[in-house]
Amino acid sequence: METDFAKDQQLPIPSNIQSYLLRVDREGWLRTAQALHNADAKFLTLWGADDRDRDAYFRVYAAWLLPQSILVLEHSIEDVRNPSYPGLSTIFPAALRMERAAYDLLGISAEEADARAWLRHGGWPGNLFPLRREVSASQSYPLDPEPYPFVMVEGDGVHEIAVGPVHAGMIEPGHFRFSVVGEKVLRLEERLGYTHKGVAKRFESLSQQEGHRLAARLSGDSAVAFSWAYCAALESITYTSCPPRAVALRALALEHERIANHLGDLGALGNDAGFAFGLTQFSRFKENLLRANTLTFGARYLMDYIVPGGVAGDLPEGGGDLLLTQYETLEEGVATLRSIYAEHAGLQDRFRETGRLEHRLARQFGALGLAARASGIACDLRVDHPWSPYDGLVPNLVTQPHGDVAARVHVRFDEVMESLRLCRILLEGLPAGPLQNTPTVASGGCLGIGLIEGWRGPVMVVLETAAGGGIRRCHAHDPSWQNWPLLEFAILGDIVPDFPLINKSFNLSYSGQDG
Amino acid sequence: MREITLARQLGEVALAIAIAPLFTGWIAQCRAWMQNRSAPPLLQPYRMLRKLFQKDVALATEASPLFRATPYVLFGTMVLAAAIIPSLATDLPFAQAADAIALIGLFATARVFQSLAAMDIGTAFGTMGARREMMVGFLAEPALLMVMFNAFLLYGSTALPSLVDGYAAHPALIDPSVIFAAIAFLMVLLAENARIPIDNPATHLELTMIHEAMLLEYSARHLALMEWASSLKLFNYACVGFALFFPWGIATHGVDGTGTLLLAIVALLGKLAVAGAVLALIESISAKLRLFRAPEYLAIAFLLAVLGLLVHLLLGANTHA
Repeated sequence: METDFAKDQQLPIPSNIQSYLLRVDREGWLRTAQALHNADAKFLTLWGADDRDRDAYFRVYAAWLLPQSILVLEHSIEDVRNPSYPGLSTIFPAALRMERAAYDLLGISAEEADARAWLRHGGWPGNLFPLRREVSASQSYPLDPEPYPFVMVEGDGVHEIAVGPVHAGMIEPGHFRFSVVGEKVLRLEERLGYTHKGVAKRFESLSQQEGHRLAARLSGDSAVAFSWAYCAALESITYTSCPPRAVALRALALEHERIANHLGDLGALGNDAGFAFGLTQFSRFKENLLRANTLTFGARYLMDYIVPGGVAGDLPEGGGDLLLTQYETLEEGVATLRSIYAEHAGLQDRFRETGRLEHRLARQFGALGLAARASGIACDLRVDHPWSPYDGLVPNLVTQPHGDVAARVHVRFDEVMESLRLCRILLEGLPAGPLQNTPTVASGGCLGIGLIEGWRGPVMVVLETAAGGGIRRCHAHDPSWQNWPLLEFAILGDIVPDFPLINKSFNLSYSGQDG
Repeated sequence: MREITLARQLGEVALAIAIAPLFTGWIAQCRAWMQNRSAPPLLQPYRMLRKLFQKDVALATEASPLFRATPYVLFGTMVLAAAIIPSLATDLPFAQAADAIALIGLFATARVFQSLAAMDIGTAFGTMGARREMMVGFLAEPALLMVMFNAFLLYGSTALPSLVDGYAAHPALIDPSVIFAAIAFLMVLLAENARIPIDNPATHLELTMIHEAMLLEYSARHLALMEWASSLKLFNYACVGFALFFPWGIATHGVDGTGTLLLAIVALLGKLAVAGAVLALIESISAKLRLFRAPEYLAIAFLLAVLGLLVHLLLGANTHA
């Protein structure tokens, strides 16, 4: 068994975390994937590219996280008439939906048994593949929905409950098909892709200096993580260094994003259990933080704060003190609310043992980020693969072993406290200096990777440049891709009315996965 | 004399219909204050009703006449219930026709119609809501009956006005069994009126709904009537509670005059204000129970009511008939 994955053939890829590219043939694709599985590598993402204009190939890529580095496999598909490659879902189950999405966009088939469309909801014809070079992005097509066969569960008293994509509340669209007996859930099947916006195609018409703005908008709650990942990829390709002050401010923004999202989720989790008091209190703290964001970073959700080569603006006069006071009240308030949550018997009864995602299952299905940490998987890029400035910060890893809603609540509370600690350190040691180095324009055909631990988990941007300062291909990957399928398992054995609570405890992105 | 009684009866019903949404609005206000939110206006439920009455009805193509008739049936039953509950006065002609057991039957009728209508369209949510409603209902009804029996034993009558009159005749009466019955009644009231901890009237999560799930397919005037009927139901429950446990200020049999009636109105409003605040407090400090805990919750209510009965029998308290 190869454990170094043909080290001598690996090519370095510019990235904020050490990355290598390995070109493999059809047989090597599967063999290396199996070896990576045996080596306990974390599956990150899978994407395809149309290179027929360059060298008459379709290409499929897959990326894994190893203890020391990222490894990207590249497989060139020669048969461009019927492009196909061996699917990875038997080794890495999380790959299946990405393969289905890659087919919808590029027409490269993964030879899987499940070949149902994933992103294409009849919005464009089945024989048209939007990411192919010859397809114009401006062309529109009449909506032509096709039937989507869900897996049927048969048996005495089994019936289906179809929920969404339009919900009673103002939430993102997703369809959930429950097969139930009475209230007990036998099976849940998700159908997503309703918010597919064609982000990948749009990237190709942008210049390298604009891409971060689109990346920030892929999933609004992870604006900082995505724009940082994009900038990290671009800066790695162009060898642009980021000034120390900007690096620290980026981390500050990322931690603010983490805190704000965790606060929102903690409140919503209380509300979903019928404890509206929790929602109003946490909303208050979140709102105060967002207002502080406006005063110090210039935007509530920190959109477009991170720009290639640095950050968009400096803290205003007295901004640091304002934030430090903010942290103090926040820390005190969250600690109080935490004890209220912990001592509320009704709330704890709802949280505990609900929506359990067992450690074994989380490993097997490649859980990422917060959901993984709540199931006892110790993984956090800030700790395992610290990039600047996290290499100097040494964040504490937060995990919980039990994998239920309560565990995910715990992890959020602990991470808020930890992020507040990091924010203080960052603010107090904020280096002086410039805010932005102008990045040079990359030449065509360079591949770069940015991998950032967002609040939900690792957010990845793979950027391939085009000549003349353009973008040839940009693949932005949200950790929700990996974690959505896990929700289908977490609900098993629970009852229908517990689903919203379990769903909220994961709080995955629809927009981020739909792309 | 007869005309006056009839006028009083009609006046009482009219008042119930008129102020039931106010009670709902008051609870919503109290809830908001307790959660540090700025409260919606007290008259918000009326605005909601006006808005709904002005809209056009959107009806599912599969809707049967049952679906369309149910809002009127529901509203009608709740109005009828209001007519036999002595909220202001005990001298009610309608009340002679129906006692407290008939009242429980009325509530059950409403429940049956509402559940059938919810299943009529054939959506998953309607059926789910109806199923859950029936589960809560069939557990809550016996508990409510036990509470009533407790009061019947005390006063030797199954008619609510006689209970109030009985209390007026022996105002000093405090029976320990009443405390058990009162707690049981409060628990049933919360469960039957889709309040936390059994249901959440404010939720937008369709999978967790009970009462709201049954209303999802209704719109415009139908929805308005359903909402109004829910308000009336809560108001009726509160008035039953007042009649059973706090019957002060209600104009009793044989006592006439506008003065007592005015006093009764003031007393009712005062009691509603306190009851609304208490309900809001309970809802604010508790979380919603997991659905499968609802049977436990209602079993406790039943048990408390039975305990009340036992206490009453064991202590051998005399009946004030």
